[in-house]
Amino acid sequence: MARTLLAIYPHSARRYDEMLSSEGSVRTHWRRFFVHLDSVAPEEMHHRLDFVDRRILENGVTYNVYADPNGADRPWALDPLPLIIPEDEWAEVSAAVAQRAQLMNAIIADLYGEQRLLAEGLLPPALVYGQHGYLWPCQGIKPPGGIWLHHYAVDLARSPNGQWWAIADRTQAPSGAGYALENRLIVSRVFPEMFRDLHVQHLADYFRDQQDGLAALAPLEGDEQPHIVLLTPGPYNETYFEHAYLARYLGYPLVEGQDLTVRGDSIYLKTLRGLKRVHVILRRQDDAYCDPLELRGDSALGIPGLLNVARAGRVVIANALGSGLLTSGALMGFLPGICERLLGEKLAMPSVATWWCGEKPALDYVKKHFDDLVIKPAYPTQNMLPVFGHTLEGEERAEMLRRIEARPHAYVAQEMVNLSQAPTWSRAHERRLIARPLGLRAYAAVNAVGEYSVMPGGLTRVAAGANERIISMQRGGASKDTWVLTKGQVSEFTMLKPSVTVRDLVRAGANLSSRVVENLFWLGRYSERFDDSARLLRVALSRLVDAGGEKTPAVASVMELAQRLGVLPKPEEDAPMAEGGEHVLLEAIYDPKQPGSLAGTIRNLMWSATHVRERLSLDHWHSLNRLQREQQAAQKKHPTLTEAIAFLDRVLVISSSLNGFAMDNMTRDDGWRFLIIGRRLERLSFFALAIAHFMHMPSSRATGCLEWLLELADSIITYRSRYSRAPELLPVVDLLVFDESNPHSVLFQAGVLGRYLDRMARELAADPEAPLLEASETLRQFSLESLEHLQFSHCTQCSPCDDLAARLLALEAAAGQLSDQLGMRYFTHVGDVSRQTMAL
Amino acid sequence: MEAVRYHVLHETRYDYGSPVSLSQQQLHLSPRFLPWQQVEEQRIDIEPVPTWRRDGQDAFGNPVSWLAFNAPHESLRIRSAMTVDILPHRPVDLDQSMPWDALRRRLAYGADEPLAEDLLAVRFRFESPHIRIKHELADYAADCFPPGRPVLLGAQALMTKIFTEFEFDPEATTVSTPILEVLENKRGVCQDFAHLMIGCLRAIGLAACYVSGYLLTRPPPGKPRLIGADASHAWVSVYSPGSEHGWVDFDPTNDLLPDTEHITIALGRDFSDISPLRGIILGGGGAEPDVAVTVVPLDEEALPEGLLEASPTVPADD
Repeated sequence: MARTLLAIYPHSARRYDEMLSSEGSVRTHWRRFFVHLDSVAPEEMHHRLDFVDRRILENGVTYNVYADPNGADRPWALDPLPLIIPEDEWAEVSAAVAQRAQLMNAIIADLYGEQRLLAEGLLPPALVYGQHGYLWPCQGIKPPGGIWLHHYAVDLARSPNGQWWAIADRTQAPSGAGYALENRLIVSRVFPEMFRDLHVQHLADYFRDQQDGLAALAPLEGDEQPHIVLLTPGPYNETYFEHAYLARYLGYPLVEGQDLTVRGDSIYLKTLRGLKRVHVILRRQDDAYCDPLELRGDSALGIPGLLNVARAGRVVIANALGSGLLTSGALMGFLPGICERLLGEKLAMPSVATWWCGEKPALDYVKKHFDDLVIKPAYPTQNMLPVFGHTLEGEERAEMLRRIEARPHAYVAQEMVNLSQAPTWSRAHERRLIARPLGLRAYAAVNAVGEYSVMPGGLTRVAAGANERIISMQRGGASKDTWVLTKGQVSEFTMLKPSVTVRDLVRAGANLSSRVVENLFWLGRYSERFDDSARLLRVALSRLVDAGGEKTPAVASVMELAQRLGVLPKPEEDAPMAEGGEHVLLEAIYDPKQPGSLAGTIRNLMWSATHVRERLSLDHWHSLNRLQREQQAAQKKHPTLTEAIAFLDRVLVISSSLNGFAMDNMTRDDGWRFLIIGRRLERLSFFALAIAHFMHMPSSRATGCLEWLLELADSIITYRSRYSRAPELLPVVDLLVFDESNPHSVLFQAGVLGRYLDRMARELAADPEAPLLEASETLRQFSLESLEHLQFSHCTQCSPCDDLAARLLALEAAAGQLSDQLGMRYFTHVGDVSRQTMAL
Repeated sequence: MEAVRYHVLHETRYDYGSPVSLSQQQLHLSPRFLPWQQVEEQRIDIEPVPTWRRDGQDAFGNPVSWLAFNAPHESLRIRSAMTVDILPHRPVDLDQSMPWDALRRRLAYGADEPLAEDLLAVRFRFESPHIRIKHELADYAADCFPPGRPVLLGAQALMTKIFTEFEFDPEATTVSTPILEVLENKRGVCQDFAHLMIGCLRAIGLAACYVSGYLLTRPPPGKPRLIGADASHAWVSVYSPGSEHGWVDFDPTNDLLPDTEHITIALGRDFSDISPLRGIILGGGGAEPDVAVTVVPLDEEALPEGLLEASPTVPADD
């Protein structure tokens, strides 16, 4: 048995330790967990850490630091050891958080209504009117049920005496609940026995309460069912992962501003099947950006007219517009008085000592005790990082003091808190616990009876270093699961199997937004384009390697086709074709900047997938993630030809699994149909064009060309089993163009497309797509007899070949037209961007 | 004291060039009631007829209308016509107003119950979207506000300073030019001068609001008044408790205290609160409006031709 983990765990006299008492013994509620942890063998712990990392990568749990869709997503950092909190202690925290949520709601209600707090001098007007977060157009709007604050979070810290303090209030659109949920799903599998034996309270009840709370407030008419959407600013947002994740978990459509439209007094979701009224908007977009008509006019994200729907009481906006105001730390000093006035009770949890410099005595105090304080902006819209007084010297210090003197109302000073510390598993050692300062974000949501339910647990975050004063995921901190224990029964409720009555049954995705459908369509097209390009490049590469790097006529012919199809760049005017075959192929695979390259297609594929993430199954998403990782890993080295072929083999396997998920795991709704239409349309275009060029190119008459064409269309096996002889033109053309039982043939695609389009035409009351049908009929009537006895290796400019090519090109053109038409009919109103106008 | 009656016509026309499929507009075109301003007649004609309309008051007590157009249209025409009576209200005793530094102290937060009128005034004491408060503004106003000076005398000095040092230049700025840039270049239009003056006053702790409206202009001697020759105007109102109305108007563009020749439409923290016509459109080509404002005193003998026809609200026997 190795020595106990306690032997080298650092004890701190200045901080409260979550696991150890001041005498250095393990606290009662940690004891079982610690004994278990101490008994886990190092190699076993390695496995568990690997599991954590893999889950995070595969689920694509990210925190988008620089909001860059092309790869700045940082994997979410999760420490496997939970923060453990005993039942009785949590009961106090939970009651205090619920009270604080209720208080915040009462304050917002007052500030956008009667303003008693201002009239009675309980709150300085500077902290209301002086904030950009006070949205004047929202003054006087009364939301349904009198609830402004539907969900709320508060950052807590524990001082050396064990008391929990509130550090910061989150009233805008609190983030992190989804990450807490994801942490739970992972950590409960890292320590499954402990999770069960310690009676850890589940999180699902909290989310159900939130759902019920929102549904209960929905302003319904007649027999309408509550239609709740989750509004996201989009994939550039730093917590977009969470938006998609929560949308899927709560079962709400994930929408962007442009998916919604205001007509009269109501707000609607634009769907493929028309406008569908929305009753509740769970918003993850900052309020100032929500209505360009009356709030920030430069916002392209908002929904013009939303405020008027709110004025009419016809929509619940959670949280109500204008609630971001209370995020200001300057309010904290005023909360005890306000709580007595509005709730008639004492504020249960103290806030960290805060001085708002706008008050003269406070300003004097701050100047005198500058070294012991942290200076922060009073208004959340100010761009300023916290500054520690004691770190400033000389001119810097004088400058800070001058800034405060000039605009005292814009600054607050807070006492520095010695955060508590918790054991964290060291990734740098074989087997070691290190201590890290921590903060806990707790969550409350309004439930069906208008009270606040508190999540049993929350998002625990630990700092990157032992003495860090700021806990920040952006600065390399990590997160933890939070285990709140109970002596009683653990609720068995799970959101994964909600109980649904017959009335609630939903069979088709009627709420599909046009934007989602468009992205699914492109996801289909890019998946197929990726598959086709990868095959074409593999055909070329493998032949090049077989020929020992020599550019045989067959290789030259594949490369010519690739150029004609835009997979390889067009050669320079005078450059001889023989040059640089290898180099050009590698670039076409790995260089995302090269137009038409495989890497570029993967990027587009990921882009459209990201936009419909909540529609894809987790496994589907895992495969997409693996694809991107393969590509990013390959990009870093200089692969050889053989490595490149291995790479293409791997990604083609992933590609076929993507196709499998689409076929097996997705509901057959309109969105799925568009995905498949996108795929078929792309394959039709690719092969119609490829075969037409093949018929035209003199280089394709060389030996071995019909073989590679069969390989490109993945039809070699079928051909051999049918003909057991060397490929000849007539049977190859029949198999790749006309055989409607071959899923790679051109007419197979046309047939499938025709059926889907026909069905859509019936269901969505649109016209059938005539040009495509005509073009495929024309192709079908091509006389195969004319290819009989044709010596393909000798024929040049022969009329049967030209005739077939012309028919294929016409079909390809019709497919292009169809794509545009689908866009115009079903998507274009999405592409239009609203603009602000102004007249004096 | 006799009221002066005006007839105002404010026409806005958008020719979008191509169809606009959806449009939403917010209108601040109806005049508000004031102790010295009575609205006799007022109507707004809109072409095409909006799909949806709501009238109400904004948070500052100004009349506001919201319109929505859900059918494709290539142009939008909004014509606001009104008849307004204005009573003289210019204060005579600027030196009797409160010392500005005493007022500043009174408006600062002190944990006591504030006076109700002060609470209304401090809505206009802080930053707003177009008026960021910078120390340069306080520096600029400093010599107009020596210790103990009555607030209205200080405001008058500031108004005159801006009028003297700045040049009216419609080419120099746009609706979004920051006031510090205006301060540096010393050029702008009425909106810039109003924003600047308000910024200076707020920077030294006073309350001031932005006023939008119209100003009577006089045609050159012997020339007839032309329809559309005028424009919307903007000036400043300064909080001065103890004055007859509590607030006193200053027009830094013309260096005068408005009396019976300024017609008020709306009050706000700055232009963004009360822009006459603010909209969001989907589709359309160009979106530069044609705006024409005509202000006619009704005692003028010859009404300009076309005015009666253009505004059916003029009573025939008036």
